[in-house]
Amino acid sequence: MRHIISILLENEAGALSRVAGLFSARGYNIESLTVAPTEDASLSRMTIVTTGSEDVLEQITKQLNKLVDVVKVVDLSEAAHSERELMLIKVRATGKDREEMKRMADIFRGRIIDVTDSTYVIELTGTGNKLDSFIAALDAGLILETVRTGVCGIGRGDRILKV
Amino acid sequence: MTLTGAEIVIRCLQEEKVDYVFGYPGGSVLHIYDELFKQDDIKHILVRHEQAAVHAADAYSRSSDRVGVALVTSGPGVTNAVTGIATAYMDSIPMVVLCGQVPTYYIGQDAFQECDTVGITRPCVKHNFLVKDVKDLAATMKKAFHIAKTGRPGPVVVDIPKDITANKCEFDYPASVQMRSYNPVVKGHLGQIKKAVQMLLEAKQPIIYTGGGVVLSDASEKLVKLAKRLNFPVTNTLMGLGGYPATDKQFVGMLGMHGTYEANMTMQHADVVLAIGARFDDRVIGNPEHFGEVARKIIHVDIDPSSISKRVKVDVPIVGNVPDVLDELLKLLEESGKAAPDVSAWWQQIDAWRGKNCLGYKQKSLIEPQYVVEKLYEVTGGDAFITSDVGQHQMFAAQYYKFDKPRRWINSGGLGTMGVGLPYAMGVLFANPGAQVACITGEGSIQMCIQELSTCKQFELPVKIINLNNGMLGMVRQWQEMFYSKRYSQSYVTSIPDFVKLAEAYGHVGMRIEKPEDVEPALKKAFTEYKDRLVFMDFIIDPEANVFPMVAAGKGLSEMILSEDL
Ligand SMILES: Cc1ncc(C[n+]2csc(CCOP(=O)(O)OP(=O)(O)O)c2C)c(N)n1
Ligand SMILES: [Mg+2]
Repeated sequence: MRHIISILLENEAGALSRVAGLFSARGYNIESLTVAPTEDASLSRMTIVTTGSEDVLEQITKQLNKLVDVVKVVDLSEAAHSERELMLIKVRATGKDREEMKRMADIFRGRIIDVTDSTYVIELTGTGNKLDSFIAALDAGLILETVRTGVCGIGRGDRILKV
Repeated sequence: MTLTGAEIVIRCLQEEKVDYVFGYPGGSVLHIYDELFKQDDIKHILVRHEQAAVHAADAYSRSSDRVGVALVTSGPGVTNAVTGIATAYMDSIPMVVLCGQVPTYYIGQDAFQECDTVGITRPCVKHNFLVKDVKDLAATMKKAFHIAKTGRPGPVVVDIPKDITANKCEFDYPASVQMRSYNPVVKGHLGQIKKAVQMLLEAKQPIIYTGGGVVLSDASEKLVKLAKRLNFPVTNTLMGLGGYPATDKQFVGMLGMHGTYEANMTMQHADVVLAIGARFDDRVIGNPEHFGEVARKIIHVDIDPSSISKRVKVDVPIVGNVPDVLDELLKLLEESGKAAPDVSAWWQQIDAWRGKNCLGYKQKSLIEPQYVVEKLYEVTGGDAFITSDVGQHQMFAAQYYKFDKPRRWINSGGLGTMGVGLPYAMGVLFANPGAQVACITGEGSIQMCIQELSTCKQFELPVKIINLNNGMLGMVRQWQEMFYSKRYSQSYVTSIPDFVKLAEAYGHVGMRIEKPEDVEPALKKAFTEYKDRLVFMDFIIDPEANVFPMVAAGKGLSEMILSEDL
């Protein structure tokens, strides 16, 4: 099962490697990991997408909580939540493909944020699935480069992760 | 008052009432050593290898209720210390290891004796710190001691660059620690404890199974109260020995790979298991699937939530500090007004298992290792601190020395580190001056930290080394005999030194004992005539002696192999 784990941790040097090290040492999967400071600069918020059985997930949460730098841990996927990922994708945009690329970006509600004679950079946000579909919808030969942030997520409504 | 970082380190140690620091100097800790020189409160114990400094600090903690401290230099000092740190980590031993580091402005430049201490030690510490500003030093030291000894204890490393020890700032030692990210649970959940009481009162075939957590939290007396109140059988893990008095009639012995027949059978067939400060590890319950074949209810008390339901599913998890939870259990039992359940039929069954006399062995013309441990038990009145190394001798020590008190049995259970025995004995003697201390070891293990005979001479430490010399890496040989068709690949040790001469060369007393009838007189002599000396007793033992009972790796608890002597 896929799970999205949100972690609040002290914004200290080495905190990221403690979390990443824990996952590799205990053989847990990381599908994606994103981290950045929160509105309170002393705290970072990390989102990890992982897969595993209920037992493994229970251990992951407990082991994360054990790390001295970790303040709070929640499994977002346990209840209603929103998730988003950002992708920047550079595509070849010449001749008839130029119009087609613009059209595809529009359909997926992407934005073109850089334009040259022969390329576009398209910015797209959405769930991982949506980004995957966008890539699948393009002619693979026209994709020059992609970069994705990995998933970040937040609980819906009153579900708030704060110290 | 402004102080240098080095002065601050010493002041912090004084504030923590540290009396001994086990260490070894080098370039990046010279400022700290200079400050050590200028004061008398803290005594520095110069070892001969950093691994031993950490082991000694670790045993200082294990054998007392204080926090051991080690001090090593950067680079090789730290890498030598890693085995000691990992050993303490696996057994949850509170300890603070101070490491020198190259100056902050050299970090990352492959400077002389630089290594990534925080990176190397990260997976084997409870927490570690790199101090980047002298202003953070005192608060970091305070946190280090706090984290080491609270919650599930463990080693904490503080990495201190050399320039930090020269820089100055105001010294202010914080009175307390507030960390939003670190708040270990103390009290167990009342609802869960109530459920546990109910379950215990309805048990027909119960067992109390306890581990290192009872010893580390000094909960033995409360455990005894609970066991007496319920009249349940008690078993201890290797790490838990002494947590419950071994000579008490409710004690069924150690369980696990080399546990007693009765302990393993009782555990396997119990309908209610009360696990306290233990973690159902592979050496204890063997194959979890086999263990799971019998339906039973498990109540698990542990301070570390991640130990619960890690290897077996638990019915009643109770996260909390063991003594607090035991208090609560006892209180609720009293309030229930109910008598303990009738477990007399269960005791009959257990007594039948006991009848196997699974630790019996045959005396031969050679010295049997079991016999040496039994005699040691008698000669020391059962009241010595016993350290051990890792191998057959360790298991014989655990099986045949009956520990009635906690913190008397000092060994590396989790990591299984050969070489700990002698430095452990040193640490024990600093924490318990004047105590009887014996190190039960093998000719393989003792050679892994043999250089500490020199430290023992310098500080006149009267350790009694019981070398069960089988001329073999016996535990390896046993597995090869049983599971590799007697292909003894590299388990035979050649060119073993003359330990008597070796001991004498270091300024100690050496004895070689080759006949069973000489065992007792030699031990008596060592503990009376040579009471104040280190005595290296080289017992030439039966090289074919094996450790039984045995649950082979991957097998179930009730699938024990018993000795052919029975
Ligand atoms: C540092 C280390 N290396 C290797 C091992 C694997 N090992 C476990 S027991 C053992 C043999 C120990 O021999 P000895 O000290 O003579 O004890 P004996 O089993 O003969 O009593 C070995 C090599 C270990 N536990 N620790
Ligand atoms: Mg041996």
